[in-house]
Amino acid sequence: MKRIFYMFAVLVSSISSAQAGIDDAINTATAPIATLIGQIVFFKIPVFGVQLPVVVLWLVVGAVFFTFYMGFINLRGFKHAIELVRGDYADPDSHGEVSHFQALATAVSGTVGIGNIGGVAVAVTVGGPGATFWLIVAGFLGMSTKFVECTLGVKYRKEFEDGHVSGGPMYYLRQGFSERGMEGFGKFMGTFYAIGIFIGALGIGNMFQSNQAYVQLNNVSGGALDGLGWLVGLVLAGVVFSVIIGGIKSIARVTEKIVPFMAVFYCLFAIIVILMNAGTIPQAIANIFTGAFTGEGVAGGALGAMIIGFQRAVFSNEAGIGSASIAHSAVKTDEPVTEGIVSLLEPFIDTIVICTITALVIGTAQVAAPDFAGDAQGVAMTSAAFEREFSWFPIPLAFAALLFAFSTMISWSYYGLKGWTYLFGEGERGQTIYKLIFCAFVALGCVVQLGPILDISDALVFLICVPNILGLYFLAPIVKREMDSYFARIQSGEIKKFK
Amino acid sequence: MSNKILVALDGSDGSKRALSAAVAHAKLTSSALVLAYVIDWSPYSFHTPQELEERHQRRESEIQRANDSILTPEIAALKADGLNVETVVHHGKIAETLLELGEQYGVTQIYIGRRGESRIHAMIFGSVSAALVQTSVVPVTVVP
Repeated sequence: MKRIFYMFAVLVSSISSAQAGIDDAINTATAPIATLIGQIVFFKIPVFGVQLPVVVLWLVVGAVFFTFYMGFINLRGFKHAIELVRGDYADPDSHGEVSHFQALATAVSGTVGIGNIGGVAVAVTVGGPGATFWLIVAGFLGMSTKFVECTLGVKYRKEFEDGHVSGGPMYYLRQGFSERGMEGFGKFMGTFYAIGIFIGALGIGNMFQSNQAYVQLNNVSGGALDGLGWLVGLVLAGVVFSVIIGGIKSIARVTEKIVPFMAVFYCLFAIIVILMNAGTIPQAIANIFTGAFTGEGVAGGALGAMIIGFQRAVFSNEAGIGSASIAHSAVKTDEPVTEGIVSLLEPFIDTIVICTITALVIGTAQVAAPDFAGDAQGVAMTSAAFEREFSWFPIPLAFAALLFAFSTMISWSYYGLKGWTYLFGEGERGQTIYKLIFCAFVALGCVVQLGPILDISDALVFLICVPNILGLYFLAPIVKREMDSYFARIQSGEIKKFK
Repeated sequence: MSNKILVALDGSDGSKRALSAAVAHAKLTSSALVLAYVIDWSPYSFHTPQELEERHQRRESEIQRANDSILTPEIAALKADGLNVETVVHHGKIAETLLELGEQYGVTQIYIGRRGESRIHAMIFGSVSAALVQTSVVPVTVVP
């Protein structure tokens, strides 16, 4: 409580001081809070002299378990996932309902964010090139976790009388546990998750995004926006406000349409940049592999690289966090397993494809010119790698970053809202309060520095994977049963292709 | 064998002219009528999570609206004339869906109104009637 008062006091007093002072003051006020939250969540245990955050271990063990328990569904289900997205199994009677493709596209535009551009750079800076290898491994394992959580999301969603649906971890945690005779515990877990997602949405899906969008904007404008973070923040918050509160759907719709093209555009140029450095590709790839197992020059060696890789992967593809499960549960299907299988593709697209491409852009640049980025971090580093080949690229990249950030914020405002309505009901006024808080944090994100932002975001997001994965362990046998029955019916021809 | 005529309706004047031409045809050949309204929809479009959540509700209301304002008002008059009429509302790509419906209902003839799009519009978005004429397996009558 004291800290909050302190923050307010600092805020009020700084308004009268110089503009740049506002940014500094908020920074000083938030830094200790960030450190505190970071320390609690990233409680570290020393393993062979390396500090291993318990939470990262928790996620990885879960992903490995689900991969084996579901019999490598991440490999087995891949082809079927593509058939489902293509609509081969779409029932003609469900015309006009949400298709598998749409659910996937929405979930992907929620996960493809600044993490894919900036997060990878952070991983490579801290964990060396080897972190990329572990990032890919984590993406692969994360596919299984995603499968389990999205299947459960659809299976235990709540359908309201007016026909709209709400689903996600809070619902499957509550119902799943109560079906197993642990009603009280289920309620507790559901509530825990709901609180986690609505606070977490303010970090990973909000402050981190607006912060990095501002950094990139400032970067391309040659520092013209220095100290004006509050202004950029207010503008961004205003646009978010107009969409989520003002209900100006056209903005959201335009963004949702542009984002996929931006993602393709980004990948295309990334591949061109990589090819322009073709000579350095073998060395860059070699660095990734040797770095993964030797961890040269990385604090903590190979294990250090691994931890960083895993941490960034989860931050980017959100497997184990349960957010995508909320988006997928809107699909009308009699077979929850189909949504799980489709969701396999998200970590694949997000981490194995897009993050790897970014990592190679940075990796090849590092081989060609080790000091290409100077002191730049995050998005700025990725931007510098592109700039080596295309001097104009930082501008479209800033635009892409802004859009990625924006679409991720819109998606997460929804995820957070679902946590909020789970706790406080579907009342209109409550929803507006939450949305206002969300907008305030968009503005705040542009004002504080990257370090504390990353700490808070990471910490909050990882916190909610604790109840989620615990629930997944308990409910995994149900998913396995459904999955086996589903594949058996495909085999026997009971479930038919319509195309 | 009884004849069946599918009429594509969209509430426009062109589609109303198509309907009256089809009615004349149906009376002459004692055919049954299928009135179809296709709501333009692609399963490959992009939406926000909020839109996904509301999709089912919105689909119901779209179908309801099509029935109430476009199809139902026509039925009474046609039935009074002693015609056998069915109606259908479907989501999908318009030309493609009309063909699928034609097949499903076993129709022998399709009537559609010409929208009179400009050439540029037709070049960019394609013309429904032209697409239908090109791909249909039963005769298509385009009513200007």
